Amino acid sequence: MGSIQLQHVNKSFGTHAVIPDASLEIKDGEFVVFVGPSGCGKSTLLRLIAGLEDTTSGQILLDGQDMTAAAPAKRQLAMVFQSYALYPHMTVAQNIGFPLKMAGMDKAAIDAKVKEAAGVLNLTSYLDRRPRNLSGGQRQRVAIGRAIVREPKAFLFDEPLSNLDAALRVNMRLEISELHHQLKTTMVYVTHDQVEAMTMADRIVVLNAGNIEQFGTPMELYRTPANRFVAGFIGSPKMNFVDGAEAAKHGAFAIGVRPEHMAVNKDSGLWRGTVGVAEHLGSDTFLHVNVDGLGLMTVRAEGEKQLHHGDVVWLTPDPSRIYRFDKDGQALAAA
Amino acid sequence: MATRQTKALARAMMAPSIIVLFVWMIVPLVLTLWFSFQRYNLNYPERSGFVWFRNYYFFLTDPAFLQAIGNTLILVVGVLVITVVGGILLALLLDQPIWGQGIVRLLVIAPFFVMPTVSALVWKNMMMHPQYGIFAWISKTLGLPTVAWLTDYPLASVIIITAWEWLPFAALILLTALQSLDEDQKEASEMDGANFVNRFIYIILPHLARAITVVILIETIFLLSVFAEIYVTTQGGPGYSSTNLPFLVYVQALLNYDVGGASAGGMVAVVLANIVAIFLIRIVGRNLDA
Ligand SMILES: Nc1ncnc2c1ncn2[C@@H]1O[C@H](COP(=O)(O)OP(=O)(O)OP(=O)(O)O)[C@@H](O)[C@H]1O
Ligand SMILES: [Mg+2]
Repeated sequence: MGSIQLQHVNKSFGTHAVIPDASLEIKDGEFVVFVGPSGCGKSTLLRLIAGLEDTTSGQILLDGQDMTAAAPAKRQLAMVFQSYALYPHMTVAQNIGFPLKMAGMDKAAIDAKVKEAAGVLNLTSYLDRRPRNLSGGQRQRVAIGRAIVREPKAFLFDEPLSNLDAALRVNMRLEISELHHQLKTTMVYVTHDQVEAMTMADRIVVLNAGNIEQFGTPMELYRTPANRFVAGFIGSPKMNFVDGAEAAKHGAFAIGVRPEHMAVNKDSGLWRGTVGVAEHLGSDTFLHVNVDGLGLMTVRAEGEKQLHHGDVVWLTPDPSRIYRFDKDGQALAAA
Repeated sequence: MATRQTKALARAMMAPSIIVLFVWMIVPLVLTLWFSFQRYNLNYPERSGFVWFRNYYFFLTDPAFLQAIGNTLILVVGVLVITVVGGILLALLLDQPIWGQGIVRLLVIAPFFVMPTVSALVWKNMMMHPQYGIFAWISKTLGLPTVAWLTDYPLASVIIITAWEWLPFAALILLTALQSLDEDQKEASEMDGANFVNRFIYIILPHLARAITVVILIETIFLLSVFAEIYVTTQGGPGYSSTNLPFLVYVQALLNYDVGGASAGGMVAVVLANIVAIFLIRIVGRNLDA
């Protein structure tokens, strides 16, 4: 069991409200990802749930019980830190077993649990090593091991993969997703990487300056972003925005078109532009096109398409995939 | 120091200072060794010449010698215990966010800047004096008999004074070590259900191990040669009850004018210091590598 509810949670450092007013309901067993730009309050929100920071006002409920004032240990949550926060003077086995030791479990039971966790995480041959003799990925797994032995109500991850190289990051991403399927425990995962968010999450919370901009499944956020911020944040490369007269034609203050929702043609189309940088990724080519009168736009073309710097192209957005926003950046219903 | 090249380079770079240090140390040592085999008393300049181990024989069989060794060890261990335990407690306290932290820290560190003779004088005349001392005043106010600290508990008094001088040093080193403890680690242990005591035993103390080692090593070096505190307060007395090895050597050399005997005592002190050093490095120095 591990549902998490935030009710009008506010967190201020001095007079600076980092989280003005956040309400959120995370269901038992869900994998929820907090995304947002750096400094938007993701870690703060996670630490509020963990109990490492006190709320200024509002309630935090775990399994329906008010835990706002409870000490971190009382909340039965486990956290994996960005820095891993392993205990350097303890072996891997001691690190993983530490929460059990603190819970007063006897030695034989701890050993069995540690072995089991080590088996799940492929750490069996490293149990006697110290953290400093492990690679980044192995340290990360030890930190996860320390979290899973406690059988917590929920796992909290604060950018756990940001210190790893790209290949390892993809690997660990899969491992954590796999772990979630095995354990079926609630997981709250903080990242600023929207690819991580899209691939791992059941539901995503998009944060901006401490405000929850939208909370929904990855596809909901992709298809029906609630506002311009979410539209620009979810999806890679970013959505192209156009305002002014071109947007007014669609009855909006601004319109947005994703790079993958535009057709590229050499002879005719809606918007004329010149190709700037062309990024050939093999499967796709991302063209940065300088559109006359509208500015720089990113377009996805097939990988094989031979377009180069300086070529003149025509772009045609898919009319059914044009997002419209009002003056405040709120999404308008499809025309 | 990963490759052979950097090792060779390191050796070459360190050589000058090591050579200077070595010469600096070896010349006085050899001279002392030479004198320790001589009959050399300033009161009897006409009696001279090699006496081989006679000086050693007299120094080592002097009943004061064993007492001085005992006192030296009690002094070193006593001060170490007080400063390390007190230093840890002080460091934990100073690490808390309190109002006027800067001033409090400065005050705590201040005793270290007072020279030993001065602090010993202050303690002798202002704190421990049986008539005018603050301790006497306190016990009088409480209606208790006053204690003549320096005559009744001479060694304990010297230990208290020396510990007072060294406590700031220990607290300072331990405080910096404490502050270098990763905040995430503290929070992780908190989430793991460790209360304050467990956090202290399993997280903080192991983290401080290295700093404690440094404190013990450095303090031992200086505590083996405590002199000014004894000279100013008890003069090693009553009897030999607060005489340590350096003070005994001083008594030999400058009160008895026996340079030969004092040199022999000095050599004994050097040997003993080295034995202590070897033990220390064996026991606590292990914390330093890694
Ligand atoms: N202890 C604190 N005192 C004052 N301000 C703080 C404190 N902790 C965080 N903040 C502020 O709160 C805001 C949110 O910080 P937070 O660490 O939650 O950001 P984040 O979304 O996790 O960013 P990142 O992706 O860079 O980790 C920042 O503007 C930060 O300066
Ligand atoms: Mg953060």
